[in-house]
Amino acid sequence: MTRRGEAVLIQLTVNGRPRVLEASPQQSLLGLLRDALGLTGTKSCCLVGECGACTVSLDGRIVDSCLVLAGEADGADVVTIEGLAANDAPTPLQRAFLEKGAAQCGYCTPGQVMAARDLLERTPHPTAGQVQEGMSGNLCRCGCYYQITDAVLAAAAASDR
Amino acid sequence: MSGEIGASAERVGGLARVTGAYQYVGDIQLVDALHVKLVTLPCAHARIGSVDTRSAEQVPGVQMVMTAAHLPQPVPRFGPQFRDRPVLAVDETKYHGEPVAAVAADSEEAAEEGARLVRVDYLELPPVLSVAAAVAPGAPLVQDPALRPGDPHAESNVLSEHPFGWGDVGAATSDLVVEGAYTFPMVTHFAIEPHGFMAAPDGDGVVIWSSIQHPYWLQKIIAEILRLPLAKVRVVAPDPGGAFGGKQHTKFEPLVALMALRTRRPVRLILTLEETFQAVRRMSAEVHVRTGFRSDGTITFREIEANYLLGAYADIADRAASKGSHISCGPYRVPAARIVARSILSHTPPATAFRGFGAPQPNWAVESNMNDAARALGLDPVELRLRNLARRGESFMPGDTPCDGEWEQTVRRAAELIGWGSPLPAGRGRGVALGIKSGPTTGLSYCTVRLLADASVIVYAGTSDMGQGSRTLFAQIAAEELGVPIDRITIVMGDTAVVPYDQQTSASRSTVLMGNAVLGACREIQAKLRAMAARIHGISEAAILVERGVVRLPDGPVPITAILKPGLGSLGGEVIGNGESRKEAEPGHPLSGSAAFYEFNCTAVEAEVDEETGEVLLVRHVTVSDVGKAINPLQVRGQDEGAAIQGLGHTFMEHYVFDEAGRIRNLGAIDYRIPTSKDLPLDLRSDIVENADGPGPYGAKGMSEGALLCTAAAVAAAVRDATGVVVRDLPLTPERVWRAISERSQATAVGGRRAGE
Repeated sequence: MTRRGEAVLIQLTVNGRPRVLEASPQQSLLGLLRDALGLTGTKSCCLVGECGACTVSLDGRIVDSCLVLAGEADGADVVTIEGLAANDAPTPLQRAFLEKGAAQCGYCTPGQVMAARDLLERTPHPTAGQVQEGMSGNLCRCGCYYQITDAVLAAAAASDR
Repeated sequence: MSGEIGASAERVGGLARVTGAYQYVGDIQLVDALHVKLVTLPCAHARIGSVDTRSAEQVPGVQMVMTAAHLPQPVPRFGPQFRDRPVLAVDETKYHGEPVAAVAADSEEAAEEGARLVRVDYLELPPVLSVAAAVAPGAPLVQDPALRPGDPHAESNVLSEHPFGWGDVGAATSDLVVEGAYTFPMVTHFAIEPHGFMAAPDGDGVVIWSSIQHPYWLQKIIAEILRLPLAKVRVVAPDPGGAFGGKQHTKFEPLVALMALRTRRPVRLILTLEETFQAVRRMSAEVHVRTGFRSDGTITFREIEANYLLGAYADIADRAASKGSHISCGPYRVPAARIVARSILSHTPPATAFRGFGAPQPNWAVESNMNDAARALGLDPVELRLRNLARRGESFMPGDTPCDGEWEQTVRRAAELIGWGSPLPAGRGRGVALGIKSGPTTGLSYCTVRLLADASVIVYAGTSDMGQGSRTLFAQIAAEELGVPIDRITIVMGDTAVVPYDQQTSASRSTVLMGNAVLGACREIQAKLRAMAARIHGISEAAILVERGVVRLPDGPVPITAILKPGLGSLGGEVIGNGESRKEAEPGHPLSGSAAFYEFNCTAVEAEVDEETGEVLLVRHVTVSDVGKAINPLQVRGQDEGAAIQGLGHTFMEHYVFDEAGRIRNLGAIDYRIPTSKDLPLDLRSDIVENADGPGPYGAKGMSEGALLCTAAAVAAAVRDATGVVVRDLPLTPERVWRAISERSQATAVGGRRAGE
């Protein structure tokens, strides 16, 4: 990260692609992804780290990208919802969300999928309770929580086959 | 393809949602757009003096600062019921968050900096924040009486009074009269997608992008304000990211439209979540209910007084108050009823439609009253309801649609699923409640369907798919009727320049009203195919039947494609069908129209109460809705469970807290809690009753609100069953339940008699 006037220069990898970008010092990673890179799959809602709509993976850990300064992501490896499906082919987890009816309005869905992906990486065979505990930071006002749980459990079961 | 109805087709548009590809309003980047930030005051009610914009205009990147003085004079006002809401505050602010000015800049940062530098000279005035304060003698008037000429309530904060009733309440003789007063909290929609508004000049017209549920209503309002023909106002309405009623009506679209026309640049305003709390909310209410019973449980009369607290501008809330209270006697045989609902203005954010539309508030009171009565009469609460429940065809609200379902099936099913009457462990209780809501009272939906030369289909429907899944439903209907697989069907919505008119997306209407229009358009295509088949085969049309995707010729059925290709001929082309679905207004009706159908739900819960902390754990939650026909059972379950969980929000945790200046103290996601995946019942079971007796396609009814209506009353009854304490104010926070339990314990210690018994 080098300073150039007001802006900072940030190098990072997003969805496997190296990027060099200018950002203002107060810009969030969420703003960088959405505004500078046009990756609008990561959604914006509460901006205080309470709703989970902006969840992305940063060096293998999920974060609320609204709470991470773009500068803090310098040198990082970031994966967003756009980085999951190759050639528009959804991952088994995304398929499970579709099959279980786990996306209603869909606005929280990218964050839910990113959180579920992280949960399954750390806990490949969760119980329903572990899913609900682990994903309680991702709000869904449509109230799809049971369907989301079903989808995560189905994806976990499918990974065994 | 035939067999689509009743099968859970995968959500149309779902793939773009799980991959993040779907573009909601805020995801659309307009080239060279100006960003808008609103200027507000740190109080609800203030007289505006001077507004100094000079410093703001000096900020690099700021292109325009708009105040009321820059607007056409008098400042345009708008609203779905009353033209009361100005584009920007005029002379005074009436709620915390009402914009005094708006700054447009090349970047969000510059707009924010500019907004901070707009200096408003103002005098803070006392706000009216509650029903009691609003109706107190000498209360400050929220609305200028000059805006209400000829209105007998103009010199008060009562916007309107809605009396309903039938029979002779005074003449009723009762063995027991049960009464109580209940409060319902002020809650907000909290759609995860904050409201977004954009506008751009478009030749001699304007184009608006909005996360709105009713794009055609918005189009009309913008056309009126800008004095443009409808055809010069294009509204693009991407699917809302959750709406729940909060995105029905015009909010800041007139402002961004005026700014775009002034600057001749695209203008973008995406609200913060905090700003959405200040833009939309549900009415709080104080409801008093009094019911007479015979000793066998028969209802003899019911009186309801419901005081709804509106915000500073009416939006659609007054309509919600009248419609919600009109049906507030419930699904029962009530021989005499007297209802009065009042819409009361206050210096709070404008209340609007919210799932349930004015019905959850009186339902909380009336269903709690039924549970009180069961206790007082020594009758089982389920039995008491069944004794009074209207049966099919019975006119339970004189002058309105008679009972349109086998409602007792719904009640019995819920009782069965919760194990009503079976023994409970200590510390647990059960509760039950019924919910009813009138469907749409008027409606008008058009639909165009194009069957293309390769037997793929485009459906144009002006519904907004905000999560209820209308795209999927309409695709299922077209697939069923035209014999085309769903993956060859495209649903086009959300653009008034392309899609024919639809009145609105609300009141769980779209499956019924737009669904019938889609069906009508498909049937017109079927009729054209029949004529084609007759021509090709040289036989009479009377010998041919087209239904459910096939053409039945005298020799046997052939697929539609077998007729389509030869029928269209060498030039190809397409077959176009138009459908129209209407529900006309009824002038003599107090709501201007009877219910198209009723949403009917029975909710039963089993709760465990921790008497040390006041925390309530729902062990079981059963919701059963009469849906007529579940065209897509998975989506029906999603809507029903979603409504139930949203109901748990106002039941257990949600409410606005105001300070003396009328500011919302719990503004935003940290301090205002909605249900998370950790707040769920241990077991939630959603079930349906299907008798194919609805007015929609294949006998469907609307069903997206029922499970929210009566959640609170069922939960409170279970808490009482478990602990003996009665709570008449929502939400049932641990603190409130704990206090009630503590008071009970003290009463027991002093008097030896438990409160509430």
